[in-house]
Amino acid sequence: MSAETPYRLELIGISKSYARDGKPFQVLDNVSIRVREGEFVTLLGPSGSGKSTLFRLTGGVELPDAGEVRIGGKPATGERGLIGYMPQQASLFPWMTVAGNIAAALEIAGVPRREALASAKEWLARIGLDAVAGEHPGVLSGGMQQRVSFLRALLMPRDVMCLDEPFAALDALTRTEMQQWLLRQWEERRRSVLFVTHSIEEALTLSDRIYVLSAAPARVLREIAVPFERPRRADVWMDPQFAELKRDILGLLRRGDSDAV
Amino acid sequence: MANKPAWRRAWPPAAALLLFLALWQAACAAFRIDPWTLPSPYDIALQMGEDAPLIGYHLAGTLGLAMSGVGLGLAAGVILAVALHLLPAVRSVVSPFVVASQNVPLIALGPLLMIWFGFGLTPKLILLTLVGFFPVAWSLLAGLGRAEPQLREYLAMIGASKWETLRRLEFPASLPYLFSGLKITVTYSVTTACVAEWLGASRGIGYYLVLKFKGFQIDAVFGAVICIVTLCLGLYGLAAWLERIAIYWRRAGKAGERG
Repeated sequence: MSAETPYRLELIGISKSYARDGKPFQVLDNVSIRVREGEFVTLLGPSGSGKSTLFRLTGGVELPDAGEVRIGGKPATGERGLIGYMPQQASLFPWMTVAGNIAAALEIAGVPRREALASAKEWLARIGLDAVAGEHPGVLSGGMQQRVSFLRALLMPRDVMCLDEPFAALDALTRTEMQQWLLRQWEERRRSVLFVTHSIEEALTLSDRIYVLSAAPARVLREIAVPFERPRRADVWMDPQFAELKRDILGLLRRGDSDAV
Repeated sequence: MANKPAWRRAWPPAAALLLFLALWQAACAAFRIDPWTLPSPYDIALQMGEDAPLIGYHLAGTLGLAMSGVGLGLAAGVILAVALHLLPAVRSVVSPFVVASQNVPLIALGPLLMIWFGFGLTPKLILLTLVGFFPVAWSLLAGLGRAEPQLREYLAMIGASKWETLRRLEFPASLPYLFSGLKITVTYSVTTACVAEWLGASRGIGYYLVLKFKGFQIDAVFGAVICIVTLCLGLYGLAAWLERIAIYWRRAGKAGERG
């Protein structure tokens, strides 16, 4: 990732407060985050640190009190329809088939229906899910639903993919499996990704760069460039540097917590 | 094998019905009740058999009128619900009037419509539409606002328009609500059609009922009531069957949105 690679997503000096019990409650405090073309960037922070708010601001569903969102180099504060999105729950529509779910999202993004369906089927075959393309999502396992949800976000013709704790609802074993799967898929396509998690291992296994956020009001505690080479080994967690980074981040989050109290 | 559970579900009410009819028949015989006051089930059945072709003719008329009413009520209800859903400002203005319209008694509204629109089909269809649109509109309106929040959030995040959200999420998600409304509309339509025929018509089971009342043929009146109830139940069953077909994903398995 060279310094000249253009930014696909920039969040610049974002602050945001909500009214909670009639009092203003600050969630984000001057947060700046950048994702370059083809870069996998993770937001890591404790629960309730405003990560989801940051996503809603990126999606244009909410407006920041201060700061600016830029997507693909253009001002995009409060503008919708510029990102691909993979939510925590698979959020597939039960009345559409698996292929239909992907095609519907592509259609909303402006892809003609026939083309959308063809591309959905082609890509489902590539990830080995062509057998369930015509099924309804209710019959799929949680892990399979998340694969479909990821593919749906990947195929959106948009500058950046936002993945909001996509594996949080899965059991530990499926979760590890899905991380490896996601890693392989992403390393083949190299889309710009903004990923949210509160798992340090997940962040270190997947990312190029990590922003460590504090508890609310969230500030960027540190920006960490992950040193492990690509394609990343499945046993990267055995690297001594992995353990060292994990300890650093853990310490950072603990101190961040005690600062906030 | 597959019919067994349905049969098992059907026999308790069927047995209760038979017992009720037997008691009725026995009471009529034991207390020598005047057939002009309360005819026995046997007398009613006999009368229905005798009048079968005539009853069939009138029943077909009522069925036609009721189904036209269902069609109009359904169309009006869906259009109103979608319009009020998309325009919340209009909703708050219009809602009280719509609710009030449902409290105008049919026996006042029917004759008024006859005065305004004559004795043809028009006032009857207006009456049926006025009665039929409401259950559909109100349950659909409730359903449109109650779509899965996660799916709503997903569509917002990828920038779906209001129309896309309606088409891909809100409308399919509210189909169960639409069908609860439709089931009520269907039964209302049959009884309303009978009232309309009673007010002025030369065909229909409502017309037949009035005719027989005036002729003191109480057994035939009971026969007409049985026909009306059966028609209601049949149409209700039809709506329930359509619901099962339309909401196919419920059969395929639930929890499409679980992780």
